[in-house]
This record gives sequence, structure tokens and C-alpha cells, in this order.
Amino acid sequence: MHSTSALSFSQATSLPTTNYAFHSHSAVNLRFCGLRRQAFGFSFSTHSTSTRLRLSTRAHSYKISASDGNNGTPPKSFDYDLIIIGAGVGGHGAALHAVDKGLKTAIIEGDVVGGTCVNRGCVPSKALLAVSGRMRELQSEHHMKALGLQVSAAGYDRQAVADHANNLASKIRNNLTNSMKALGVDILTGFGTIVGPQKVKYGKVGSTDTLVTAKDIIIATGSVPFVPKGIEVDGKTVITSDHALKLEFVPDWVAIVGSGYIGLEFSDVYTALGSEVTFIEALDQLMPGFDPEIGKLAQRVLINPRKIDYHTGVFATKITPARDGKPVIIELTDAKTKEQKDTLEVDAALIATGRAPFTNGLGLENINVLTQRGFVPVDERMRVIDANGNQVPHLYCIGDANGKMMLAHAASAQGISVVEQVTGRDHVLNHLSIPAACFTHPEISMVGLTEPQAREKAEKEGFEVSVAKTSFKANTKALAENEGEGLAKLIYRPDNGEILGVHIFGLHAADLIHEASNAIALGTRIQDIKFAVHAHPTLSEVIDELFKSAKVKAPASTSTSTSTSSPVTEPVSA
Amino acid sequence: MANILQTSFLPSTSSLRRTPISGSKGKSQVLQVKAKIREIFMPALSSTMTEGKIVSWMKSEGDKLSKGESVVVVESDKADMDVESFHEGFLAAIMVEEGGVAPVGSAIALLAETEDEIAEAKAKAKSQSSSSSSSSSQKAVEEQPKQIEEAAPDVPAASSVAAAPAVLAPKTVALGSAVHPASEGGKRIVASPYAKKLAKELKVDLGTVVGTGPMGRIVAKDVEAAAVAVVGTVAASPAKPAPVAPGIELGTVVPFTTMQGAVSRNMVESLSVPTFRVGYTITTNALDALYKKIKSKGVTMTALLAKATALALAQHPVVNSCCRDGNSFTYNSSINIAVAVAIDGGLITPVLKDADKVDIYTLSRKWKELVDKARAKQLQPHEYNTGTFTLSNLGMFGVDRFDAILPPGTGAIMAVGASQPTVVASKDGRIGMKNQMQVNVTADHRVIYGADLAAFLQTLAKIVEDPKDLTF
Repeated sequence: MHSTSALSFSQATSLPTTNYAFHSHSAVNLRFCGLRRQAFGFSFSTHSTSTRLRLSTRAHSYKISASDGNNGTPPKSFDYDLIIIGAGVGGHGAALHAVDKGLKTAIIEGDVVGGTCVNRGCVPSKALLAVSGRMRELQSEHHMKALGLQVSAAGYDRQAVADHANNLASKIRNNLTNSMKALGVDILTGFGTIVGPQKVKYGKVGSTDTLVTAKDIIIATGSVPFVPKGIEVDGKTVITSDHALKLEFVPDWVAIVGSGYIGLEFSDVYTALGSEVTFIEALDQLMPGFDPEIGKLAQRVLINPRKIDYHTGVFATKITPARDGKPVIIELTDAKTKEQKDTLEVDAALIATGRAPFTNGLGLENINVLTQRGFVPVDERMRVIDANGNQVPHLYCIGDANGKMMLAHAASAQGISVVEQVTGRDHVLNHLSIPAACFTHPEISMVGLTEPQAREKAEKEGFEVSVAKTSFKANTKALAENEGEGLAKLIYRPDNGEILGVHIFGLHAADLIHEASNAIALGTRIQDIKFAVHAHPTLSEVIDELFKSAKVKAPASTSTSTSTSSPVTEPVSA
Repeated sequence: MANILQTSFLPSTSSLRRTPISGSKGKSQVLQVKAKIREIFMPALSSTMTEGKIVSWMKSEGDKLSKGESVVVVESDKADMDVESFHEGFLAAIMVEEGGVAPVGSAIALLAETEDEIAEAKAKAKSQSSSSSSSSSQKAVEEQPKQIEEAAPDVPAASSVAAAPAVLAPKTVALGSAVHPASEGGKRIVASPYAKKLAKELKVDLGTVVGTGPMGRIVAKDVEAAAVAVVGTVAASPAKPAPVAPGIELGTVVPFTTMQGAVSRNMVESLSVPTFRVGYTITTNALDALYKKIKSKGVTMTALLAKATALALAQHPVVNSCCRDGNSFTYNSSINIAVAVAIDGGLITPVLKDADKVDIYTLSRKWKELVDKARAKQLQPHEYNTGTFTLSNLGMFGVDRFDAILPPGTGAIMAVGASQPTVVASKDGRIGMKNQMQVNVTADHRVIYGADLAAFLQTLAKIVEDPKDLTF
């Protein structure tokens, strides 16, 4: 969809935070959650607002159940074939596909179309990162000199940069809205609440609700920034990604709580604009969740040479915004001993500890569904599971709200999968084929398993794992751009050539990953894809070389001239 | 990374050394070779590799190493690779810092077998790096002059007036009193991430640095200033041989950068202007005393000098005039003092606008901002080409007098030398010690005459010798 993002591994159940993950999970489920993958928005930037919403919708639901006593029984005819609650990227993707399949579709949105991704996530952050990438280049005297360029002074106008991000968001928002209108999707304005099987009501706070029915319902309400307790967000000096994307000021020194991809991307933006950054990470390592080797390299390139320092293995247990002439004060507590370790005084703190599902006020209690730490429980087909472990018929949940993989494009893919199912074709989305990217300079991208995950799986299932690597230093195009820093890594089964995971750190890594993710999605094996031709000289030759350097024992499945019925036993490559 | 290689850890007897190292002759004489202290060499990671860059040290000095553990990441012409330790022991001394480049086969660190030998190894590393041509020492030399240049306009401007060698001592005293308001009586050091990195790189003890950032935190320029103070001390000791100009390949032809081209054009153009010079010696005791008093409020010596000059110019508008066409001249409506600043690869003149009107505290803040921008190469054209009178100060190098070339489009430029304690005979027949500095003004004689400059300098001397007007 509109820009990818987010590195999310592991199961759906962990609270989406690297810094404040629950202890029992934090070591295993390293998830980056984040701004850009929210599927939709009821999203409010503060918790107080969402609480208010929940209370008011509950009041409404009482009124309705008093007047309409038969909520428990499904209606006989429906207003719509499909109703989607939440017009984020996930809901939008589902709506477009539903129209394509001939369904009469409505989408309910209580905030702005586009959700987190378009308004407070991937989209505006890409605008800021485009600026930071150029600033970084212009400021790198060494880089410019190597290219023979002379630039005297690179400067920026903060408001103009902020406007660029804002304009981009509104442009994409309009595109999204228009694309749905043009296809005949009804956009219903208000907050949606499920009142019973196949029944939804919607309406703005304070006005009367409208009841609509649909054969199938998709919940796509997305997520909001997660703020651990003890942290006081004032929106000025202690902020979340929602505020940071407005770029209202560029602090001299900003502490970023959480070194997942949201934190990393903002560190890229802030340092390019002249800030100094301190990372606070609860785990013992920065960038948990990335393949360890990629993480190590990324730290060497993205952290160590920049004006960044870090504290690992600590929680920011208390953050007080700047006031009365005092700076932002951050209390650090050792993650293991729970002893207070240090105090930081900085100009601003950005809370990038992940995202929490936005499912309050959805009326799930009306259909006996219990959320798990806010996430809506679903099976592999995104069908909602009720408190007794049974499927709720005709009800699905996609995107950040189910927490399976908190990425915008994952939400959209899940939505399309649901539409396939309700239109008669069984479909299960392979989450291991969904790529993720972090848009730092250079970028990081990945698909499938990390090396430790692959090795664990191999041990359990008894197969062999091999790793192949190529360097951007050997790539002509990368060298021409004077951007030779980078690594591509392939994790695969040498016996049958299955791709288990691909991780890339280097120039345009986010664009390069799709050759690998498509191969995984389509089940293409290395011994076959290695014969595909790449244009020269391009960065995608890094991936070409990666596939070619893999040592697979299985033969290629297609052979140009000598295809015979006898099984070929010789290895394709030694 | 890609491949895990075994380094060659060889006992450091010279007979066993694989590759002869240039300049190692002196080294092997200095060394008392003990087999227990091993050298870690830059490994050859590919057949075409001649030198390698240290990407990062995964261990710090004093860390224990077990056999097969990764010690350092080396970047070759092809890829980055982890280098493993081939022996057990302690990483005693790192000889090539991160980012440094070393030829294949040269020592990059020392490995001691026992903890007791670490100190010995360290001493050895020191003697080696001072005599060998290892790039780490080269790099260090390279960085020092740069630091001097960069920080020159700001901090050392103070030393120029307060007598270069003498200032260092009082400075260290001041450094000792670093107290951050929130640092719990100096127990805790509050320094920005970049300041910490710089301190490590420049080997500055943060405990001795006075913070001037927000809330008194230590920021990068404080560390740079402290480093310059240290370097200054070193440079002052006559025993030390002058460092060789760094990073310059002799015998090469280097095209002008944009900035050098611009300077060159201006200098040639200046030949068409008939200039002359008038010098003056000014006593600075009162100015030094004032500076000491208000330094804590962020006032810099550069700002004080600019302010004094501007006030003098206000009384002598002709010295602030300029002649562009040879037929007429312009009395400039505002007094904008340009101050020459050496930056990496050239010279730039940030401008303090309306220096006669702006109060000294604002002026000092403005100057800090301009210097920061100049260093970051972010000065806008109007911030460096609108000067009406230029100041050039070489006092921080101990220069006592020099002569400046008049920048085209202005009427005069003043060269400021170091303020030095001087024995002077006073009119009442006594002999005393006073701090004196020499200034030398170059002016365009088409519009400014000798008497004009003389009168201007007399006014300036009066202001500097009785500087109460500077802080109105």
C-alpha cells in the first residue's frame, strides 16, 4: 500500500512494545510496532479522549437496546454485503477489493480517512525522512567530496519541512477518499459499535446513532501510540509519534524511549536536523527484533557515528515534561534489578515504545468477545473468536486491532484475504511473506524469519539451515552512488532451496526486499529464481548475487532444453 | 560479519614481523620485546587488500579475551569482517582507534597475557605510536590543527588579549569549577551525546569542562574549547617538534575549492585599491578585567572587541565608509563588523550587524550562533558578506603584529595581535607591567586618510583602556 513499514515478528499476542514489553514476553516477542501500520482510526491521540468515547457509546448502546429488543437475532435482509469499521489502510484495501468482487460495501470512520498510516504514521514520516536523507547527504562533506561536488551550506526551514509532511498526508488522504467514493463505497461518518450479530450502529458523539446491517463485518480499528505508566505526555516536550510528526520544534537534545523502528526513524530525522539523541532501550541490545547481524551492522552505521548515545537494559520509569524552567527529567531504572540507575535531563522525550490496539467502545461485549490486552482474538483466517473459543460468524478483525502483524500493508493483505473468503474462495494469508522496512538512511528491510528463528525452527523440524550474504560494496550501482555500506543476507534450506528469510541493510533496501517476499509468497525456490535476469547495473543485482551465492542441493524445476523425465540428481550448484 | 578470520597474533619480535613497517626502525629499538605481550596485526582479508579501516572495537582496553572471540571489525576493500583473537589474554592497548586506517600487517593493538602486564603494554603502545607511522597518530595530528582553527574565533580570542601563554593557567582553574545546577554538586556530569563522543575522541575529561549549554549542560563546543586549551599547552612547550602538516600529499596539484576560488579573486581584486597602514599599541588591562567580570554571562572577547571597534567607528564614520567606483564614496548607514574566522579549508567572515547599537550580551549570543553556523557551513550570504569593517585576530597563535589585506567593498580592516604582558615606562618615570596588544589598520587611501585612522585608533584605544561604555 502506501508505503510499507514496521518490523514485526512473532506472534500476535505480545504487547507491542520493545521498551515496556511484559517481561515474560519481551525476550521472545520482539516487535516493532508502529506508526505506520495502523489500519484505521478511531484513533485519538490521547487516552482520555478514547475513554470518553467508550463511555458515550455505551450510553448509546443502552438506549438502543431498550428501544430495539431483538439485537441477539440476525436480521433477515441486509443493508450491505460488507461493512468495514475503520477507514485506515487495512479498511481501504478491503473495501477496494470488496467492490472489485461485486459486494455492496460501506466503511465507517469516526476520525479522518487514512488512519494512522496516512495521517500520523508511515506517510508523513516518509516526508520527514526524505528531508533528513537529503540533509544527511548535503552535510556529509566526505560524501560530497568523493562525488566531486561542492556545497557551501545546507540549511532548512522547520515550518516548510513540517508543511511538506502535512501536505503529503492530506494529499494521500484525499486520494484514498476519492478512490473509495469513485468506486461507490459508502463512507459512513461516526464511531462504529457492534450491537449484535451482523448489526452495527454508528454516529458522532452526542448525536443519534444509525443502525445498519451487513452480511459480513470487518473490524479494522487500528491502534494508538502506547505510553507506559509513569510517563506524562504533554504533547510539547514529552511526545509520541503523533506529535513528533508535526515537527513543531527541533530539540537540541531528545531522548527516544524505545529503539525499534519508530525510534530509529525519528533518530534519523532528528540527527539530520541537528539534534542530539539518547536512546533508552529496555532490552540489553539496541534494535531488538532485527536479525542480530543486521542489527549489529545497523548500529555501526546508524548509531555509533552519529550524535547518538544510549542506555540499554533500563526502563524510563518516570518522565516529567519540561516546566518551570526545568528540563525534561527522565528516571532510569535497571530492567533487571529494578533499582534506580540514573537521571537524564533533556530538552524533549519521544515515546516510541510501540502501539496499543484501539478497540475500546467497539461493543465487543455485545457478542461475547473478550479482548486480550486490547487485541481482538482471531484465527488464521481473521475470524473473530469469542470468550468460549468459538468463531463469531460473519465477523472478522484485521490490522493492528488483531495484533498479528502491526503493519499497514499487512492489514490491507488481511482485508483482501477476508474478502476472498466471504466471496467463496478459501484463503489463508502467509504472514511470513509480508515484508517490513525501516526507512533510515540507509534503509533496513526484511521478510520471513531471522537467523535465530530459522535455526530454532530447523532444530524442531529437523532440517538444515544455510546462510548466504552479499555486500553492497561489491555492487556497481551502489558504488556509483558512493553508498557501498550494506549487506544482504539470505537464510534458506540447502536441501530444497526454500527461502526462509531475507534481510537487507543498505541503499534502497525497502524497495529491494520485494523480490524475496514475492518469491516466498509464490513458493519460488532459489534454484529457480537464480536464473532470473536482472538489469545491469542496478541495486537489485545485490539480490541476484545473493540467490546465486546460495548452495542448494535440489535441482532447478524447469530446464530450458534438456528436460527429461529422469530425475536429475546432480546439484545445480556445488 | 561475512567471514570470521583469524588474525595473525605474532610475538612482537622484529624477526617474526611479517611485513616491514615504515618507520618501525626506531620502534624496535625502543621496545623491550617480551613474548608475553603480543601485537594484534591488521589482517589481510583479501588478496587485494593493502590497508584496512577499523570499523569498531568490540572490546575495550582491559577486557579479557578468550580464544576465538571477536575483537575488532575491520573494513577491507570488499566487506566488513570480524577478526577473532587467536590467543587468550587481555586487550591491553588499542593503537588504532575506530575509524583509523592501518596498513596490512601493522600493529593495531596489544594483547597482554596477564592483567599485570597491561600497564607495561600500554607504555609500549605509547612509545610505538609516537615513533611509528601508524595512522592513528597521524589522525590525531591531523585533528589537532583543525580543532584550533575551528574553535579559534571564539574561545582563544580571549587568550589573544589576555596574553596567550598566561591565559592557560587561569583557564584550568576555571575549568575545575564545573558545576551543573542539577548535577548534585558536581557529582554527576550532564553532557550531550555528541559532547560525550567528542570528549572520548579528543581525550578530554568531562569532569574538568564547564558547560555552557542549556541548564549548564556540557555541549560539543565546550569540549572542543577544553581540547584546544590542552592542545595550546602542548604547543607552547618548545621541546615539542612542530607537527607536520597533516593529510597533505606533497607534490600534488590541488584545484581550488569554491571558497578558495572566491578568496583568490578577492585578493587579486584588492591590488587595485591603494592601501596604507597605521598601527597602535593599546593597553588591555581594563578590558581584561571587564572580560573576566562578565565572561560568566556568556560574553566573549571577540564580541567585546567588535563592540569597542563599532563604538569607535560611530565617532569616525569615514573609517566605516567605502569606495566602490573610484569617483565617490558611501558613508555606510550601519556599522557591521565582519570578523574573519578560519574554517576547515578556508576563511569566512561572519558579520555582527549594528554592533554599535546591539548590547554586548546580545552581541555575544549572536556571535556564538554565527560561529556555530559557520562551523556547520550554514551561514546565509547576508550573514557573511554585509560587513562594513573587518576584524582579523591572530592573537591566539601568539602573533604580536601582522598586516591584513583590505577586502574589496570595504574601507578598512584591523589586524589584532596578541595581548601580552609588556614592561612599560610610565610618564612618572616608573617601570611597570601592562598587558598590551598591537593593532594595525589597513585602509583605502582614496577615502580614508592617515589622520582619519590615527584619530579612529586614538578613540578605540580610549574605549578599550576605559571600557565602561561597552556594557551600557
